[in-house]
Amino acid sequence: MVEKKKSGYWLTHLGLILGILFIFFPVWLTFVASTVTQDAIIYPPLPILPGTEFFENYANALFRGSPEGYGAKVPVIKMMMNSAIMAIGITVGKIIISLLSAFAFVYFRFPFRNLCFWLIFITLMLPVEVRIVPTYEVVANLNLLNSYTGLIFPLIASATATFLFRQFFMTIPDEMVEAARMDGCSPMRFFFDILVPISKTNIAALFVILFIFGWNQYLWPLLMTTDPDMRTIVMAIDSMIPTGDDYAHWPTVMATAMLAMVPPVIVVISMQKFFVKGLLESDK
Amino acid sequence: MEKRVFFKGWWLPAILVAPQLLISFVFFFYPSGQAIWNSLFLPDPFGLKTEFVGLDNFRFLLSDPYYLASFKTTVIFSTAVSVSSMALGLYLAALADRLIKGAGVYQTLLIWPYAIAPAIAGVLWLFMFNGNIGLASYYLKALGYEWNHTLKGDQAMFLVILASSWGRISYNFLFFLAGLQAIPKSIIEAAAIDGASFWKRFGTIVIPLLSPITFFLLVVNIVYAFFDTFGVIHTITSGGPEQSTTILVYKVFSDGFVSQDLGSSAAQSVILLVLVGILTVIQFKYIERKVHY
Repeated sequence: MVEKKKSGYWLTHLGLILGILFIFFPVWLTFVASTVTQDAIIYPPLPILPGTEFFENYANALFRGSPEGYGAKVPVIKMMMNSAIMAIGITVGKIIISLLSAFAFVYFRFPFRNLCFWLIFITLMLPVEVRIVPTYEVVANLNLLNSYTGLIFPLIASATATFLFRQFFMTIPDEMVEAARMDGCSPMRFFFDILVPISKTNIAALFVILFIFGWNQYLWPLLMTTDPDMRTIVMAIDSMIPTGDDYAHWPTVMATAMLAMVPPVIVVISMQKFFVKGLLESDK
Repeated sequence: MEKRVFFKGWWLPAILVAPQLLISFVFFFYPSGQAIWNSLFLPDPFGLKTEFVGLDNFRFLLSDPYYLASFKTTVIFSTAVSVSSMALGLYLAALADRLIKGAGVYQTLLIWPYAIAPAIAGVLWLFMFNGNIGLASYYLKALGYEWNHTLKGDQAMFLVILASSWGRISYNFLFFLAGLQAIPKSIIEAAAIDGASFWKRFGTIVIPLLSPITFFLLVVNIVYAFFDTFGVIHTITSGGPEQSTTILVYKVFSDGFVSQDLGSSAAQSVILLVLVGILTVIQFKYIERKVHY
C-alpha cells in the first residue's frame, strides 16, 4: 500500500465487510429459516438468530420430506445422490475425453487433425440451452430420458477442458517426449506415466470448476427427468416452492436449499487454490 | 505453436479423439443442425406433418411484438446484471487490493457464492421478497411501499436482476483482483510520489490497465446473463408477470416445451446461436490479445 493513513485503512476494511454482509445476508436468512418452526416464518418478521429446530428440519428434509403443504413427503437424500452422480459423472467424463483428445492433438500428426480440431473448437460456442429442444429429442430417441447417461453425456460435449489441457501440454518441454522416446517409451505409457502426473494441478483445478458446473445444472435435469427417483436437488427445489395460493412448509424448503448449496461451497472453499487457478485459466 | 517432436502413427490418435468427436456429433452437431433445419418448417397443429416455410418463422418472429419485447427485456436485463455485478466486483477487488494483510481472508469470504446455483440464488431472494412472509417485503410494507413482484413487472425485473447479479459478484471480484494484482506496484508508487491522489491514480492508471480484463468480463457476463440466469427467472417469476421478465432463452424454453411451438422455438434457437457466435468471436479476439497482458 502506498499511503499509510489510519482512517483509509479502516474504511477499506469497513467497505469489504459491508460487501461481505450483503453477500452473506440471504444465505444467513435461509439458514435461520431452516432452523425455526413453520409459525416463526409465516408470521413475519423472521427472527434474526437461529431457532431450535435444526435437527428436526434437516432430518425431515433429508429422510422424510416436508410434513405438509406443497411438494410434501419427498425426501431429498436420493436427490443429493443423483446430483453427486451427475456432477462427478460430468467432471470425470469431461476430464477423461479432454485429456485423451488434447494428447492426440498435441503429440500426434494424423490426417484431418485440423478438421477435428475445428469441429471440437466450435462446440465451445454454444451452451446447451440454445439447442435444448433438439438435444432433448436426441436423448429421447436414444431412450436415455430418466437415466444418468442422459443427464451426463449431453453436458460433456464442450471443449473448454480440451483447450485447457492442450495449452498446458504445449508448455511441456519437447525434451520430455524426446527422452521418453529414446528410452523406448510407448505413447500410452508416456501419457499415463508422465503426462497425467504432471497435469495433476490442472486436473484438480478443472475438477472444482466442472463439479460446480455439474452440480448446479438446472434446465437440463428439469426437462430430462420425469421420474421422481431421478431428480436432482437443484432442480427439485422448484417443485417445492409454492406458486399462487399454495403453501409450503418453509423450514423444510429452506433446509433443502441449504443442502443444495453446501456441497459445491465446501468444494470451492476446501480447494480454493485450485478453484482460483481453474477459474482464471479456463475463462469460462 | 506446434511441437517439434511427436509420436508416429494415425490409428492411436484417431482412437484418442474418437470419444470427444462422437459425443460432439451426437449431442452437439446433430441437435444444432436439427435446430437450423426445424427453423425452416412449420408443423401443423396436430404435429402430424410439417410444411416447409423457408424463412417465414424468422419473418414472423421479427414482427411478433412479444418476441421483440423479449429482446428488449434481455438487453435491459443483461446490461443491468453485467454492469451492477462488475461494479460491485471491481469495488470490492479495489478495496482488497489495498490491503497488505488479510486480502486472502477476504478472498475466501467473497468467492464462495460462485458455487451457488442460479436456481438456488433465485430461491433465496424469492424467500426474502415473498409477498406474505418475506423479510424485505415486510419492512418495505412497514415503510409504506407495496411490494408485489407477482403483479408488478418492474419489481419482478428488479428482483431477478438483484438475484442474478448477487451470485455473479464473486466471479467479477476474482478476475478484477487478479488484474489489479498484476499491475506493477512501481507504477502506482511513481504516480503517488508525483503527488497523484488515490482517485487520480485509479482513474488514470488502474482503469486503463484494467480495460482488457473489463472488456473480457463484459462479454462473459453478458453470456452469463443470456443463459445461466434461466434458473433465477424460472424460480422467481417464470417469465411473468405478463412476460415482463421473459428473456430470450426463457422464451425458447416456454415456446418449445410449454406451448410446443417447435418451428418458432427452433428459429429462436438459431437467432440465439448467431448472437452467441458473435459474442464468442469477440471473446476469442480478446483472448489472443490477452497473451501480452
